Amino acid sequence: MASTESEMGAALKNTESAQRRLEIKNQIWAFGIVGFFAVITVWSCAVDVRYLYLATYIWFGLIYGMALQYGRFCMASAFRDLFAVGVPRMTVGILIALALFSVVASVVTGAGQSTFHPLPYGYQNVIGGILFGTGMVFAGGCASGSLYKSGEGTVASWIVILSLSFSQTWFAMAGGWLNRLVPASWTKSAAAKNLPAVLNPTNGWYNQYLAGYIWNLPATTVAVLTHIKNQFLAAFVGDALINTIVPAIFILAVVYVFWYRKSHIKNMLKAGKKGWRAEVAGYWSMIAASRRTAIAGLIIGVAAGLHMWVTEGLRHVFGVLNAGELLQAMGHTSGLSIQDTVFDPGYWYITTQEAQWSGWLLHVLGVHDMRNIFYGLQNGVPNPLLNPPGWMSISIILGSSVMARLSNEFRLKLPSLETAIWALIGGALMGIGARIGIGCNIGAFFIPVANGDPSGWLFGLGLGVGAYICVRFYDWWINRRMAKEDIF
Amino acid sequence: MAVQFRRQSEGVYFLDVKGYVCPHPQLYTKKSLEKMKPGDVLDLVFDNPSSAESINSMCEAAGNEIVSKVKDASGAMVWRIKKG
Repeated sequence: MASTESEMGAALKNTESAQRRLEIKNQIWAFGIVGFFAVITVWSCAVDVRYLYLATYIWFGLIYGMALQYGRFCMASAFRDLFAVGVPRMTVGILIALALFSVVASVVTGAGQSTFHPLPYGYQNVIGGILFGTGMVFAGGCASGSLYKSGEGTVASWIVILSLSFSQTWFAMAGGWLNRLVPASWTKSAAAKNLPAVLNPTNGWYNQYLAGYIWNLPATTVAVLTHIKNQFLAAFVGDALINTIVPAIFILAVVYVFWYRKSHIKNMLKAGKKGWRAEVAGYWSMIAASRRTAIAGLIIGVAAGLHMWVTEGLRHVFGVLNAGELLQAMGHTSGLSIQDTVFDPGYWYITTQEAQWSGWLLHVLGVHDMRNIFYGLQNGVPNPLLNPPGWMSISIILGSSVMARLSNEFRLKLPSLETAIWALIGGALMGIGARIGIGCNIGAFFIPVANGDPSGWLFGLGLGVGAYICVRFYDWWINRRMAKEDIF
Repeated sequence: MAVQFRRQSEGVYFLDVKGYVCPHPQLYTKKSLEKMKPGDVLDLVFDNPSSAESINSMCEAAGNEIVSKVKDASGAMVWRIKKG
C-alpha cells in the first residue's frame, strides 16, 4: 500500500514536472514570437524609417490575433452555433463588439482620420455573403477565425487559408467558360471605361464584374445621409447609433426571444424575478455570459480604430496615399500595379492580402502575369516580405499563437481526411464569396457596419443565410453518419 | 481518424471526434445526447478547443451535467457528460 502510494506520488510529480516544462516551453515560444517582431521592427526602421508603415500593420495584427484567440472570436461560430446547437454566446459577443467598435470608429471618423471607404451596395453583397457564409461553416471558421485557429495549431485552418488564397487568384484571373456568364451590359460598360488594354478589361468574368458592374454602383455611409454638419455628431448618430447600435440591440432582442429566453427564464423565475424584471435580468445575463468575447471585442474595437488613425497619420507624415508609393520610393518596384499601388486598406482586412500570396507565387512561377484589374490595376502582387497587410495576416496567426502558448492551449492538431476535404471546399467558397462581396466577415461585414456602411448588413444577411444552408446540410450529413452506427 | 461512436456498457456511451473542427464535435455530441436516456453517461473525446465552450453552453442550457473534464496524454479533451 505504502509502495503504491509512493508510486502514485512519483507519477504525480512526473506529470507536474512535465506540465511545468511545457509551460516554460510555451512561454519561451510566446516571448520568442514577440521578440522576433520587435527585432524586425527595430532592424527595418533602422535601415529606413519608412518601414514603420509596415510595422504598424504587424503590431496591430498581433493585437488582433491575441484578442481573437482570447475571445475565440469567430463569426462562423456566431451564426452556426445559433442554428446548429442553439448556443447564442458568440452571436451576442460579436454584436457587442460591433457596437463598441462603432463608437471608437465614429470618433476616428469625426476627427477626419478615418481610412475607411464605403463599399458599393447591391445584390452582390448578399450573394457574396451567402457563398462566404456557406464556406465558413464548411471550413469550421471564418476568415479571421481561421487565422486565429491556425495560430492555435489547427492544421485544418492552414488548409482553409491556402484554399482561400488560391481560389481568389483563380477567380480573379479566370476567363474561358466563365466569360459566357458575363452579361453583355457588363462588357459594354467595362469597354466604355477606356482602361489600358494590358488589363484585358473585356476578358475574364471578374474583370468585367469590377469594371462593368461594381464600379457603377453607389456607396455611402449613414453619417453622410443624415446631412448633419458637425462631423463628430454625424458619425456618432449616423454610423454608430443608427447603423450599428440600434440594429445590434434589436438583433440581440431577437436572439434573446428565440434562443435564450426559454432555457433561462426558468432560473429567473426561480430566483423570484417575475414579469419585465425577469426579462431584463434574462437579457442582461445573456449579454454577461459573453463577457470574454465582449472584452476581446472592446480590445479589437479600440485597436481597429487606432489602426486607422495611425495609418492615416503615417500617410500624412510620409506624404503618400498608398503603400505602393512608399515601396517605390524605397526602391521596391516589383509587383506594383500599373498605378504603382498595392493593396493597402489602412484598416483591419483579411482576404485580399491572402489572395496576393498565391498571386505572387504564381507570378514568380510565370503562371500569372497581372494582366487583370484585381492585381494589375488595384492590388499588385508585392513580395510577401514587403506586403504590409500580408504581414498583418501573419502577425494575426502568430499573435494568436502567443496567446494560445501563454494559456497552454497551443497544440498541433492534424485533421481527419473528412475535415481536410471540408476545409478545402469551405476555403474555396469563402474565397469566391469574398471576391464577389469585396471582402470577408471583417472587410465586408464587421468594418463596414461599424463605420456606418449599410452594405455590411447586406453581406451579414447573406452570411446568415449561407450559414443556415450549411448547418442544414451538416445536420443531414451527421444524421446519416450516425444512423449507420446503429447502436440505439 | 474517423468518428467513433459506440456503447461501452449499459447506459455508458463513447464518442471520439478527434481531428474534427467546428461544428462537428458539438453536433455529434448534441445528437448523441439526444439519443440517450436521462441518467446515461457519454464519454466524449475531442481536440478542437473552440468546441469546448459551445458544448459547455449547450449542456448548461439543456440541463446535462458535465461530470468531469480531463486531458489525455495527447492533450485531447476527455469529458464525461451525464444526461439530465
